[in-house]
Amino acid sequence: MISSPFDPMTILIYDGTWYGLLSCIFDVYEYKLKKISVTTKELFQPDAFSKTHEVFTSPANAERVLKGLSKKLSPTGMASIYSCHLSELPEMASVIIRYARLLFSSGISEKAYGNPDVLKIAQVAKKVGRERHRMKAFIRFRLTQDDIYYATIEPDFNVLPLIVSHFKNRYADQKWLIYDTKRSYGVYYDLHTTEEIQLDFAENPEKPTDTNIFAENEEQYQTLWKNYFKHVSIDSRKNTALHLRHVPKRYWKHLTEKQV
Amino acid sequence: MSERIREKLAILADAAKYDVSCASSGSKRKNDNKGLGNTGNGICHTYTSDGRCVSLLKILLTNFCIYDCAYCVTRKSNDIQRTAFTVKEVVDLTISFYRRNYIEGLFLSSGIFKNADYTMERLVRVAKELRLEHKFNGYIHLKTIPGASDELMKEAGLYADRLSVNIEIPTESGLKLLAPDKDRKDMIQPMNFIKQEIIQNKNEIKLFKKAPLFVPAGQSSQMIIGATKETDQDIMYTANSLYKNFNLKRVYYSGYVPVSHDSRLPSFDSAVPMLRENRLYQADWLMRFYGFHVKELLNTETPHLDLDIDPKLSWALRNPNQFPIDINKADLQMILRIPGIGVQSAQKIVSARRFQRLNWENLKKLGVALNRAKYFITCNSTEFERRNLSSMQIKQYILASSSSKYLKSNVAQLQLF
Repeated sequence: MISSPFDPMTILIYDGTWYGLLSCIFDVYEYKLKKISVTTKELFQPDAFSKTHEVFTSPANAERVLKGLSKKLSPTGMASIYSCHLSELPEMASVIIRYARLLFSSGISEKAYGNPDVLKIAQVAKKVGRERHRMKAFIRFRLTQDDIYYATIEPDFNVLPLIVSHFKNRYADQKWLIYDTKRSYGVYYDLHTTEEIQLDFAENPEKPTDTNIFAENEEQYQTLWKNYFKHVSIDSRKNTALHLRHVPKRYWKHLTEKQV
Repeated sequence: MSERIREKLAILADAAKYDVSCASSGSKRKNDNKGLGNTGNGICHTYTSDGRCVSLLKILLTNFCIYDCAYCVTRKSNDIQRTAFTVKEVVDLTISFYRRNYIEGLFLSSGIFKNADYTMERLVRVAKELRLEHKFNGYIHLKTIPGASDELMKEAGLYADRLSVNIEIPTESGLKLLAPDKDRKDMIQPMNFIKQEIIQNKNEIKLFKKAPLFVPAGQSSQMIIGATKETDQDIMYTANSLYKNFNLKRVYYSGYVPVSHDSRLPSFDSAVPMLRENRLYQADWLMRFYGFHVKELLNTETPHLDLDIDPKLSWALRNPNQFPIDINKADLQMILRIPGIGVQSAQKIVSARRFQRLNWENLKKLGVALNRAKYFITCNSTEFERRNLSSMQIKQYILASSSSKYLKSNVAQLQLF
């Protein structure tokens, strides 16, 4: 699709979801849109010169787009665009749509890093992947009285969907709940399946004032862990810069061993 | 009860921390019995304030020991508090820490009480209980006690992901000096036994898929660096023979942390030889991933690695006749030998040059450290190093253009031996 300066700009308005974004790609072809920009319902600000097009999220259309993309991309490439969507960076929706158009129309390779959009997808996917790995490492469960291992997280990117299977495989015999307090949703595993849930907190979810929600010996294990952490360090080798590079300060809030 | 455990944990973690191995990778134990845990590429759950990764609960079962090795903090003659965990306590700590996602598993070592078999039997019991009674599929690294019986070693291998025997001191004479009661043979013998068993197990798995796993993550070892007067050549030749003869997965080099006023050892206030340790690891990587033979890096003319430059650069400067290398033509083995190019960039270069001839700009984008590489290569450009620089000049230029993170604080250490 070649756009000319006379083509009107169309603003696509979608609901911010993954299927919504894929529906945008579908509509670009369905309505033969040329020059587009994309925004979510919350961020949309009308202007006098552009047409708007509201995208209705259609799972069927989204699946068709996914099927089409999977013919152009390796499984890693597919995972990369999903990761880019989960980055929630405002510019990524446009990048993903442009990238999809590139793939469909020019048959460009996902490894042609000379193209700025191809490079951007790879770079953002890498960032999200890094945080996904960090979350696998930095999640700290606390045992509640209901026998649920509970953890709160506040990742920069929305990586919770990317770590569910890891925790499900690893902790198959314990009930757990990982809650993203920044995005107000969590995933709960009941020994059989996982489901997305939203909690209704009366107060700040990270610091339940009612310490009674945790099991009797929970604090004891936290103390043991903190104590262990302190004793494995070798003072004569202290290297704070290296420590900070591996454990950036923004993650400390949820790390048991970093609490006083 | 909790206070006592806390005290034990403090003492026995303190004593175990000088063992630097922390790997939790290399095993593929699946959680297919709906139990607890699995293993994969390994995760570092946190990092100590000295920047080392914490992935396993690394403790001693006890710090009582019948040996008196001068370099060891738990030596018999050292006046420290002694204690011991029960099997149940270790199992409970491991499970409780694991369930909270603090760790990838357990690294259990021990001082030697009574005799080798008595100690080894308890280590094996911990692993057995974790695997069989708690359906624990996380990572278990057991230290094998030199001199323990083959039967116990074999049983350990059935439950552990990794076994290790520490060679402790790089040379046999050094070991005689600092640990007169210990015998090199007792360390070599279990390595050999485990190697044979691993080979046998691999053949069994080929025949019956369900054959039980035996030490799936292989074995490793550790040497203490700088406690005796060995050369880097001694150290790396020993490491090389361990890799060659016993198929070791890793050899760890642990800079000696002064723990004793013994006259046979470096003085109590000497610095940990961290830079030397770093250079040894670089040489180790060059041997394992870059196709270097240990003799190319260290020999009677160069018994020590340079401290101010990395061992690959130092090899290149000693062999100027091998350069310059044409990045667009040379084979992978040769590209790997260029200073400033790592394994990843080398592979990228080889795949990218199929589509276009690479120039300086391309190389920079691929992640090549041009400040070092530019003296050794030519590429698709009319610009390249035309001056006939001597090795000494190249070294000066490179040193002037980079700053080592170690040299600022550790200058004193350079003259130690």
